[in-house]
Amino acid sequence: MPHTALWLDVGPVEQLPALGARTLPVQGGQEIAIFRTANGDVYALQNKCPHKQGPLSQGIVHDTTVTCPLHNWRISLISGQALGDDEGCVPTIPVKIDGGRILIGRKEALAGAA
Amino acid sequence: MTDKPHLIVIGNGMAGCRAVEEILARDPARYRITIFGAEPRVNYNRIMLSPVLAGEKSFEEIVINGQDWYDANGIALVSGDPVVAIDRSAKTVTARSGNVTPYDKLMIATGSDPFIIPVPGKDLPGVVTFRDLDDVDKMLTAAKLGGNAVVIGGGLLGLEAAHGLALRGMQVTVLHLMPTLMERQLDEAAGWLLKTALEARGQTIITGADTAEILGNGKVEAVRLKDGREIPADIVVMAVGIRPSTGLARDAGLAVGRGIQVDDHMVTSDPDILAVGECVEHNGMVYGLVAPLFEMGRALADGLVAQPTGYPGSVTSTKLKVAGLDVFSAGDFSGGEGCEDIVLRDATRGVYKRVIVKEDKIVGAVLYGDTADGNWYFDMLRRGEDIADIRDALIFGQAFASGGGASANPIDAVAALSDDAEICGCNGVNKGKVMACIGGGAHTLDAVRSGCKASASCGSCTGLVENLLALALGDEFAGERDNKPMCKCTSFTHEDVRAAIREKALKEIPAVMQALSWSTPDGCSSCRPALNYYLLCAWPAEHQEDPQSRFVNERMHANIQKDGTYSVVPRMWGGLTNPRELRAIADVVEKYHAPMVKVTGGQRLDIFGIRKEDLPAVWADLNAAGMVSGHAYGKALRTVKTCVGSEWCRFGTQDSTGLGVKIEHMTWGSWMPHKFKIAVSGCPRNCAEATIKDFGVICVDSGYELHIGGNGGIHLRGTDLLCKVSTEQEAMDYCAAFIQLYREEARYLDRTAPWVERVGLDYVKQRIVEDAAGREALRARFLYAQSFLQVDPWAERAAGKEAHLHQHLAEIRPFAVVGG
Repeated sequence: MPHTALWLDVGPVEQLPALGARTLPVQGGQEIAIFRTANGDVYALQNKCPHKQGPLSQGIVHDTTVTCPLHNWRISLISGQALGDDEGCVPTIPVKIDGGRILIGRKEALAGAA
Repeated sequence: MTDKPHLIVIGNGMAGCRAVEEILARDPARYRITIFGAEPRVNYNRIMLSPVLAGEKSFEEIVINGQDWYDANGIALVSGDPVVAIDRSAKTVTARSGNVTPYDKLMIATGSDPFIIPVPGKDLPGVVTFRDLDDVDKMLTAAKLGGNAVVIGGGLLGLEAAHGLALRGMQVTVLHLMPTLMERQLDEAAGWLLKTALEARGQTIITGADTAEILGNGKVEAVRLKDGREIPADIVVMAVGIRPSTGLARDAGLAVGRGIQVDDHMVTSDPDILAVGECVEHNGMVYGLVAPLFEMGRALADGLVAQPTGYPGSVTSTKLKVAGLDVFSAGDFSGGEGCEDIVLRDATRGVYKRVIVKEDKIVGAVLYGDTADGNWYFDMLRRGEDIADIRDALIFGQAFASGGGASANPIDAVAALSDDAEICGCNGVNKGKVMACIGGGAHTLDAVRSGCKASASCGSCTGLVENLLALALGDEFAGERDNKPMCKCTSFTHEDVRAAIREKALKEIPAVMQALSWSTPDGCSSCRPALNYYLLCAWPAEHQEDPQSRFVNERMHANIQKDGTYSVVPRMWGGLTNPRELRAIADVVEKYHAPMVKVTGGQRLDIFGIRKEDLPAVWADLNAAGMVSGHAYGKALRTVKTCVGSEWCRFGTQDSTGLGVKIEHMTWGSWMPHKFKIAVSGCPRNCAEATIKDFGVICVDSGYELHIGGNGGIHLRGTDLLCKVSTEQEAMDYCAAFIQLYREEARYLDRTAPWVERVGLDYVKQRIVEDAAGREALRARFLYAQSFLQVDPWAERAAGKEAHLHQHLAEIRPFAVVGG
């Protein structure tokens, strides 16, 4: 039954550029950014910097961090926490790769959606 | 003069010269001094040979005392003619040349000799040690030819040799007899981390490797291990260890054990002969590090010319960077009865910390990856401090243990150090001395370095010294060093990196990071865009664009706004436009519901509020009207601003508008270290504000004044007059040459203003105005690069390139999913 599924399939993993990100709008909810690191790990965060809501998907990805394009806050892709001297946290969404497809946690992805 | 007693020093190395410095500091007139050195050069910093090998420093930069020091202190330096015999009864020394010189006091500072393992082939040409500058020269000669290097010995010296040869482009294999690299300084876990990191940088590390034979016919060709493996080698570096150089002392009948035996005042078994440095044995110990040598030098000088203080022996610590990796160890970390380990591992950051505690006192520490607290542990170890109270927090470091977790302020951390805490291990300088030096007027890093020598040798305590300066001086400490590393990912400066890109023909970002031992896996948001720029500037024809190493604006070819939408500025050559372009812009504004259009300071129209999904369509519409990207988003040529000039203006002297259009056609599309603005004014009334631009032209009756290095912004700077030329073509040629000089030599994110201030207007004039051939070459390189760069990025994107940057991966409609 689809409505009981824990995971949402959002597409093939090769559509994510290495060291880059793609976006995933959620109708009635918060846009999600899906990141891919140099060694192929995939992470998902809400696409909103905790500082001034900058689109994290447009930042530079390095190691397991993304630097926000607006004011250079560094956000951990793993925890969503701001790194360094900055304080703040952006919600993370669980991700797993199955058969080359990106699956994201359904409950977290729809959090706040009407 | 001549009746002063004669002090002869055998050995012109760090220990001998430091002891002489200490003597001179106490009583400059006591002795007539002669120093004999085996190497034909002045006193230099032997521990800095590794940076020389790695190409980070020149020989001149590691000289401690130049010829002027010998001259100023009346010291006779006999270099290249080593002492071969000591006659104690006649109190003379004999040099290799046969010269015999009498002494009243003799100081032996012969250091140590590299240990050569006695295997067949050890004397083949191509087998070298790593001990002096001649060895470095041999390695550099071999590295020029490339090929395979085998380093025998995985201790500190061997790994530094391996790192240097790898940086010089050789394929390096390290053979280490023991199972753990640097086993005298590191435990197994840290040794393994080091090995893994070095392997990731392209070196081959073989532990448990027992060398059987060095093979070769007339010159070295390979190394064979006892298990039969053969490793090809064009050069073999023997770095298995050093042993005290005691031959002279032994022949003279002095008491010699592992080293020349001395008492607490560094006096040998002959009261007129002293010895200092790596060649001595004190209380059964021999030392191979720098700090003890300097402590010995102090004790020797105190005993010889002042109040004897005595040398108590040294507790040593090692803090070093191997291939850009931070390693620290101190004390005893072999464990044993009653010892307890406190260990912290952070695999993600590549950090390993182990503190060994016995009866509530620190007896040893091994740190890998994060060595910031090394001095703190070492300080407590030396003072035998009771750590029972802070034991729980000990492993998290000083900031956490002594101030609650939130206080990680490095200034507080140095404030908490005791006055006798060691700051500079190389030169044995404690906090009290550094503070006294700062108090005595040394208000910059360089002044502290020359004043008390702290951080003047290996430089690993530079951060601590800077923090002490900040502590002592507060806001008065400017803090800026002239030449900082590019970012935290590397110890190399911008200039070092650009030179390496050219010299090693590095053409991709990962290759640069590999070759220069980047300390992070894929850089950071500061170095990646800089590297991308340096590569495209160095290799215009071959450069492969890396969108993920561009700041968002350059990746999206539009300016991101605070709400995540973009603004779009089409190019209007020289600020000219026409009904067709204006109609197209008006249509775009309406079609894509842009909430605002604004005239910019650079005489263009800026369309605000465009969504990233709409950008390609917007660009296609603008392209259709003949407009291309205005690069308002780039570290690039922005705009050429013009006034109306002689065509319309009653004051105009030349066709400033026409010249501006020509210059913009020549320069558009060029990536630069930072944004670059040009203006052309038709008369000295300067309506185009050319004197606050990176390159400004002011037309006068007799020609064109060319101005450089201006900008508006936070720090307003008026231009400097570069020169005056008489024709439009010359103005264009000088402009192209100036831009190329800036492109090739400024650091990334330097505007022309700070760059011109740093290199000086005279330098720019010399390159652009005085050197006609150089100017023409710069101009030619600029136009060559432009032949690749003048492609409209908007047209490419409108045609579908990098489409993923503008499209969502998917869209989630919760109810559709649930319903489906």
